[in-house]
Amino acid sequence: MSFIKKPIVRHPNLPKNNLGLTRRDYEGALSTLCAGCGHDSISSAIIEACFQLSIPAHRLAKLSGIGCSSKTPTYFLNKSHGFNSVHGRMPSVATGANLANRDLFYLGVSGDGDTASIGLGQFCHIVRRRLNMVYIVENNGTYGLTKGQFSATNDKESKGRKGEENKFESIDLAALAIQMGAGFVARSFSGDKDQLIPLIRAGMSYKGFSFIDVISPCVTFNNHGTSTKSYEYFREHNEALGFLDILPEHQEIKIDYKEGSSMEVEVHDGSKMILHKLSKRYDPSSRRNAISRITDSRDKGEIVTGLLYLDQNEKDIHDSLQTSIKPFNSLTQKELSPGTRAINEINRSFS
Amino acid sequence: MNKVNDFVIKFANVNGSGSASANMIFAKSIFRMGIPVSPKNIFPSNIQGLPTWYEIRVNKDGYIARREGIDCLVALNPQTYQSDIKDVVPGGYLIYDNTMPRKFGRKDVNIVGIPMASICAEYYDDPRQRQLFKNIVCLGALSILLKMDISIIKGLIKEEFQKKPKLIEPNIHALNLGRKYALEDLKDDFNLSLKTMRPKSKKIMIQGNEAAGLGCIYGGATVASWYPITPSTSLAEAFQKYLNKFRSDSDGKIKGAVIQAEDELAAIGIAIGANWNGARAFTTTSGPGISLMSEFLGLAYFAEIPLVVFNIQRGGPSTGMPTRTQQSDIISSAFASHGDTKHILLFPGDPKECFEMSARAFDISERLQTPVIVMSDLDMGMNDWIVDPLEWDEKYKYDRGKVLKAKELDELEMWGRYLDIDGDGVPYRTIPGTHESKGAFFTRGTSHDAFAGYTEDGRINADNLTRIAKKFDKSSRYLPRSIKRGSKNNTELGIIYFGSTSPAVDEAVDVLKDKGFSFDRLRIRSFPFDRKLERFIDDHKYVFILEQNRDAQMRAMIATELEKDFSKLQSILNFDGNPVTADFIVEEFIGRVKEDESLSRLIKKTKSAA
Repeated sequence: MSFIKKPIVRHPNLPKNNLGLTRRDYEGALSTLCAGCGHDSISSAIIEACFQLSIPAHRLAKLSGIGCSSKTPTYFLNKSHGFNSVHGRMPSVATGANLANRDLFYLGVSGDGDTASIGLGQFCHIVRRRLNMVYIVENNGTYGLTKGQFSATNDKESKGRKGEENKFESIDLAALAIQMGAGFVARSFSGDKDQLIPLIRAGMSYKGFSFIDVISPCVTFNNHGTSTKSYEYFREHNEALGFLDILPEHQEIKIDYKEGSSMEVEVHDGSKMILHKLSKRYDPSSRRNAISRITDSRDKGEIVTGLLYLDQNEKDIHDSLQTSIKPFNSLTQKELSPGTRAINEINRSFS
Repeated sequence: MNKVNDFVIKFANVNGSGSASANMIFAKSIFRMGIPVSPKNIFPSNIQGLPTWYEIRVNKDGYIARREGIDCLVALNPQTYQSDIKDVVPGGYLIYDNTMPRKFGRKDVNIVGIPMASICAEYYDDPRQRQLFKNIVCLGALSILLKMDISIIKGLIKEEFQKKPKLIEPNIHALNLGRKYALEDLKDDFNLSLKTMRPKSKKIMIQGNEAAGLGCIYGGATVASWYPITPSTSLAEAFQKYLNKFRSDSDGKIKGAVIQAEDELAAIGIAIGANWNGARAFTTTSGPGISLMSEFLGLAYFAEIPLVVFNIQRGGPSTGMPTRTQQSDIISSAFASHGDTKHILLFPGDPKECFEMSARAFDISERLQTPVIVMSDLDMGMNDWIVDPLEWDEKYKYDRGKVLKAKELDELEMWGRYLDIDGDGVPYRTIPGTHESKGAFFTRGTSHDAFAGYTEDGRINADNLTRIAKKFDKSSRYLPRSIKRGSKNNTELGIIYFGSTSPAVDEAVDVLKDKGFSFDRLRIRSFPFDRKLERFIDDHKYVFILEQNRDAQMRAMIATELEKDFSKLQSILNFDGNPVTADFIVEEFIGRVKEDESLSRLIKKTKSAA
């Protein structure tokens, strides 16, 4: 835990958005994650997306569960209400919050342990309900806060920090989200701001459940050659794909590659993974195509990134339940309580 | 000897055979005749084919607790003939379907045969109708034997099948078949009968869960999240029903939502999320659900989020006897979760209080920013009780507690989510979206300072825990107080009870009074306990605590919370899954008198003084 306060530095010439706010107005506290953690890049992307969209920060609620990723809402949007809930249960808290006030933006941040293991049930059901929110999984295939156990998105047969092998199948959260009925499903890489920021923006603008699986290498615990979330993996698959951006350890990994191309990314210990960015010609409107595209890439040892699935029929839980336009939390007693006259009618029905 | 308006009749049925609606019509007809009646459903954890009983006590004096001893057993389930016949009191009746005649081996019981199956076989072709109408034929015969008001029964049949009017005529036909048989073929010497009464005051017949679901509507709840579990399911269903009825806009949109969650963990999470965001929300469950919700209860307690939870208690331990009643989650609810945690409990004593307390629970939880658990049970929740009509004070205003609006935030120079400004331990909260630059904070279960900032400073955390405890110490002004009812005599005997055991206690106290023992009684209605309870214990030399669990959970809580001597508090414990009877309480007490010399000396002294 860092106790260093973030210095407030005024830059009068910083660019402003439609609300007259600068990026600074969307920042949060200083991150206490390991230096170079991919999660911090995602926080920056969230800040940038909200700045670009001119979202009034107080009209956004940020929610998370427990884990490294779930700590990050402290590091962005400090004018927004935040809720660091219990492990794997952010989806239910978000559901309640969204029901109470349909007019706010809801941003959920979770990790692969939080979403794919302890919270898998809640994740499936929030997707089914089509809650109007952006749900980001910061996916590093490992449990960071408890020091490096396998998560359920970790690849089968990959090796842990001490050489132990992961014997079980990995869960592909993007494919799962598509099957469960999410309207907007994307995957990206923490260091690819050019792809990630537009995806977050699109997700924020979408009415319905927007899921973004962001591969975000763990600099400390999942940095071994047999994990697709590691740098070594990338190096071994270093074919003629895109370009290689080697960074000194403990720096953010930044990548930039074109649509329709693949690239190998090397992470902090030098291992690699291959990302394939969907081309502009890819049609995200078919669930079946999206799932087979994810599976095909996986079979090739690649991770496909971009907007995988989009249901143009935007619909959320309030549409399904036909709830009132006026948010529940602003209804008055007069609108809520049937009053004395109704009680007499009720008494008659029980006599 | 004729028993008029004072007997117990029990129906032994097979579940799923259509007996439930016939039984309900029978019980409600008695109620409409103005006679105090109390039906108890004793049902299995099953959909079709297993034994189920419906026990109805009729009592002109208004005692509505269960009573031991069956005066008339309507045995419609051959599976249970052998055990059912044993329950009948000598001189009582057993009515059965004698299409297949049999012997029951009891000479002291009058056996009445009605060939229900063969009557139905004669008049109906459809096998399902033959089955269903047996119950109505039986009802018709009973209406003659018991001299019931037939117009009331017919009226109820019409109401019952209001939405399926085609079924009204065939049901009335079946009813008449039963009446015809009883008039022509049964002896006119049945010694149980019903006689229309003029009740002293107007009453309604309602189940606690129905009343509680309605109370949540009146209390302004907009979000209900739940996971199906007996015996709490009917509460969520009642809320949905009244939501559709009272909160539908002209465009068909509804001011409220019910979410059937994937499990209890999600159910409580949804309620917490909604409360955090400024709506009134609740979840409803039973003991096993409370176990699953425990982690979240700790979060709501520590992050100080209002929350209303219903615990419709059922038989335990473990998953226990899901369709039987108990009061065995007292400790597990009061202290649910990890770390230093405790919760406010409300104990309604009948369906009317289920209505009142569920509405009030939202005020209490918002005022104190903490979970409130309403402790009902299967007996009160799922059985029809005769109670005074529900009341609602038009002038009453919701207490939304300390919530800062945008204008108030504008005027504030400094605000801390967990700052104790007023010295009552209750801080000011803000709702997301209220103000563009002020009032945002990070809600967390981790240790935090007065400004909601993360801290691992043990002293700050200890201060915070102490402040939260202060809310409880000062909570009594917001909680329903204990109700004391003194005997006219000065007595050293006191009985403490809570929840659904009120009718049994009231009856037992009257019975004991006739035997020369005067009792003062006190009904607990909330936890933390009030001073009234403390004084009651201090004022009586012998204090009995009645509860429906094995380990005397309430006694343990009273002794530890109020620092009372355990040995002074005697337990009367009923935990067989059936609602306690007055007879049981009386017998237990008489047993204590025989065992305890000092008590027995005191009794003799009191008796001679009287």
